Amino acid sequence: MSTNKSRRNFLKVSAATGGGFMLGFSILTSCEPKPVVAMEPELVMPEKWMELNGFIKIGDNGVVTIMSPNPEIGQNVKTAMPMIIAEELDVDWKNVVVEQGKLDTENFERQIAGGSQSIRHGWEPLRNTGATARAMLVSAAAEKLEVPAGELRTENGVIHHDASGKSIGYGEVASLAATMEVPTEVELKDPKDFKIIGHGKKNVDAKKIATGKPLFGIDVQREGMLYAGIIHPPAFGLELKSFDAAAALAMPGITDVFSIDCAPEGKEMQWSDGATVRKQVAVVGKSTWQVMQAKKAVTVEWAKASDAEDTAGHKAKMADLIANGKAEEARRDGDPEAAFASAAKIVEASYSAPFLPHNTMEPMNFFAHVTDEKAELHGPVQTPEFLEKSIATLFDMDPAQIEVGMTRMGGGFGRRLYGSFAVEAALISKQAGAPVKLVYTREDDMTQGTYRPDYLVKYRAGLDADGKLIAFHVRGTGTHGSPIFANRFPAGTVDNYLAENISMDSNISTGAWRAPRSNFIAGAEQAFLDEVAEAAGKDPIDFRLELFDRAIKDPVGEKNDYDAERYAGVLKLVRKESGWDGDAGEARGVAAYYCHNSYVAQVLHLELDDNGNPKVDKVDCAVDCGIVVNPEGARNQIEGGIVDGIGHALYGQMTFTDGKPDHQNFDSYRLIRHAEAPREINTYFVDNGIKPTGLGEPSLPPIMGALANAIYAAKGERVYDQPFMGAALRG
Amino acid sequence: MAQFQLTVNGKSRTVDAAPDTPLLWALRDDLGLVGTKFGCGIGQCGACTVHIDGVAMRSCQMPVSQVAEGGNKVTTIEGLSENGTHPVQQAWLEHDVPQCGYCQAGQIMSAASLLELTPNPTDEDITAGMSGNICRCGTYLRIHAAVKTAAGKLS
Repeated sequence: MSTNKSRRNFLKVSAATGGGFMLGFSILTSCEPKPVVAMEPELVMPEKWMELNGFIKIGDNGVVTIMSPNPEIGQNVKTAMPMIIAEELDVDWKNVVVEQGKLDTENFERQIAGGSQSIRHGWEPLRNTGATARAMLVSAAAEKLEVPAGELRTENGVIHHDASGKSIGYGEVASLAATMEVPTEVELKDPKDFKIIGHGKKNVDAKKIATGKPLFGIDVQREGMLYAGIIHPPAFGLELKSFDAAAALAMPGITDVFSIDCAPEGKEMQWSDGATVRKQVAVVGKSTWQVMQAKKAVTVEWAKASDAEDTAGHKAKMADLIANGKAEEARRDGDPEAAFASAAKIVEASYSAPFLPHNTMEPMNFFAHVTDEKAELHGPVQTPEFLEKSIATLFDMDPAQIEVGMTRMGGGFGRRLYGSFAVEAALISKQAGAPVKLVYTREDDMTQGTYRPDYLVKYRAGLDADGKLIAFHVRGTGTHGSPIFANRFPAGTVDNYLAENISMDSNISTGAWRAPRSNFIAGAEQAFLDEVAEAAGKDPIDFRLELFDRAIKDPVGEKNDYDAERYAGVLKLVRKESGWDGDAGEARGVAAYYCHNSYVAQVLHLELDDNGNPKVDKVDCAVDCGIVVNPEGARNQIEGGIVDGIGHALYGQMTFTDGKPDHQNFDSYRLIRHAEAPREINTYFVDNGIKPTGLGEPSLPPIMGALANAIYAAKGERVYDQPFMGAALRG
Repeated sequence: MAQFQLTVNGKSRTVDAAPDTPLLWALRDDLGLVGTKFGCGIGQCGACTVHIDGVAMRSCQMPVSQVAEGGNKVTTIEGLSENGTHPVQQAWLEHDVPQCGYCQAGQIMSAASLLELTPNPTDEDITAGMSGNICRCGTYLRIHAAVKTAAGKLS
């Protein structure tokens, strides 16, 4: 196999000493130490590091540092991506130290956390990176041991020459290896020989997290650093007119109050910074608390820029668009109109969902130190590459003058794709003439927009006299775009099919939210199919499998965006594992969905509490994401997506009055809590050896449908509008 | 601005801050103890949980002047144990609980306090004791399992 990475990616450094990091920090103090469990011995750091390539440093004692290239938002790529390199490098995972790479796309290529693509895109390049370094170590060992390279084998960081019984550690040959020619062809391991991939490894930052080490953007502290806050318009449709900062400036610790323009005329910002509220007021001071207090003392005059919108108006407008709007035809198969006219039975239903804020637990924040000569930015952003470009444009800088560091992120869910807060921090630093850390309050964070759009979709299905699906029509709208994927299931399974998109304008800003569009449409579609299966008099899994059978044997159309066999495979697996065909004696709902190149099927078991409110007891989940790099982290992702999906389907909603978000903090905005999480989640991975695909998002979308279907099984009433708890919610 | 004497993680510390400054920000900005996290500022999410005389409290709701006046002993995640050896921290590693990890210091402090008060908790005790802490990543099942494991090691 040839290497995908070109030579420029391999920085041959003869002696990069002092790796620039420490394992473990001194603990300041202790209270009642109770060492009940023996700690794993900590690694002894080497005296000297050799950099083999941009990803790998090998210490003279055999300890290996592997750089994790991509932003870590809780999807655990900081563990999984280095595992792939370590596998092909053939080292003992116990001897590996992981470091977060800085923004360096020349070396690391795609440094984005988004679309559940890190592992899928990284799979081959990372394997090649590890295998290439291993080959260089073997070449060096051949020279040192004076034997042919072909007679050498590696195992856990040691190179063996079996014929002579000689062996030599990676650490002993690393400096010579760094001078070796970079091979263009390397052999990759046979997956059956994997010792790290497919074997669960704990989160590499777990101990630092559990002991409160500074890992996150909000934890950044620098000498002479000031703190900053922003004041953005309180409602969509308003813009900054003027402000009076006299009272705020008189408050203790406040050093500066000024306005910033996040997208000045003539500056072409990157797409990721498009969600910026353009003009805002910045308050700078000596502590976070002083800044938060001073923000309240600034008197701001806002001017109307566009009409204020509200939730009732949005609902009415979407209903009108579905009924009367001009649609873009996204896909048409056969003759849907004629098929519906001839149908023995037509099932029709509409589904809606509200705006959702991301509500990452770590509010938006960023550190910036911008001078005329350079810009240093450090913090939580899913798109550091685009941020660098925006900063270059904004300050007329060369990328070489800009340094972007990535911290661990306290949740992303799509929100930190949009680095407007980092741009704001940079502007504030430049104007204040000091290093600053901008921190949003929860209220700033929840009310600034970038929401998951609100949606409305209408489905119609036509059945013939035998209960066969002969016609399918979906028509959807949403703020700034329709939620429909026209070429996904059930497209390809029905002869007469029509998908129509209608986009709705709004001054409320929206953005990608974990599993964009899928996070609504999967639940709607899977709830609708449940209703159609019932009308056809069929078991909901049988009904779906019949459709997949059609798509396997005789697919309709050529642009079907899924593999029907893998889709049916997860449904069959979850049917078996959940005991679907037995008499469970409890309310259950099933759903299956394909997104981010992975297949998920779920059976949700539901109870009702004393008030008749749904309580999820158990979820069985079958997943086909190809090779599972890190089963431990993968299960965690699946569980998290399920809990997240249940929570938002039941409780999540952002509503608006006169353009103003009605919820500002967790007293009125309800997120799922411990008591509302399922008691049990069982995850079953399909073992098929296919190249790995996405895992951070795919378990969330279908669970909303499984939940809706289980609620129907439990209560005999179908739910169509999220949040399902609707009027029962506070606020 | 005024000076306040606090006992944090067994040491006497001086903070120069406005009297109404929440303990959270005194810990983070003034003492550099950033393990205690800001999540909501209104006592709803639990990210800022510390121990006040051994009991879990929301540090965003406690003015630094009040803590100083009361002479309370403050324990943060940094001081829960030496080098992460508290059974709750160990259980968190064993169950590989964190995803993003941001809320986990608060979760661990709540769990440690729960087990101090209720050494052998039932499932209901754990659910009730831990429902004040939000985990946006949805690691609740692992949190639940980890608290059970830690209980077994403490009792």
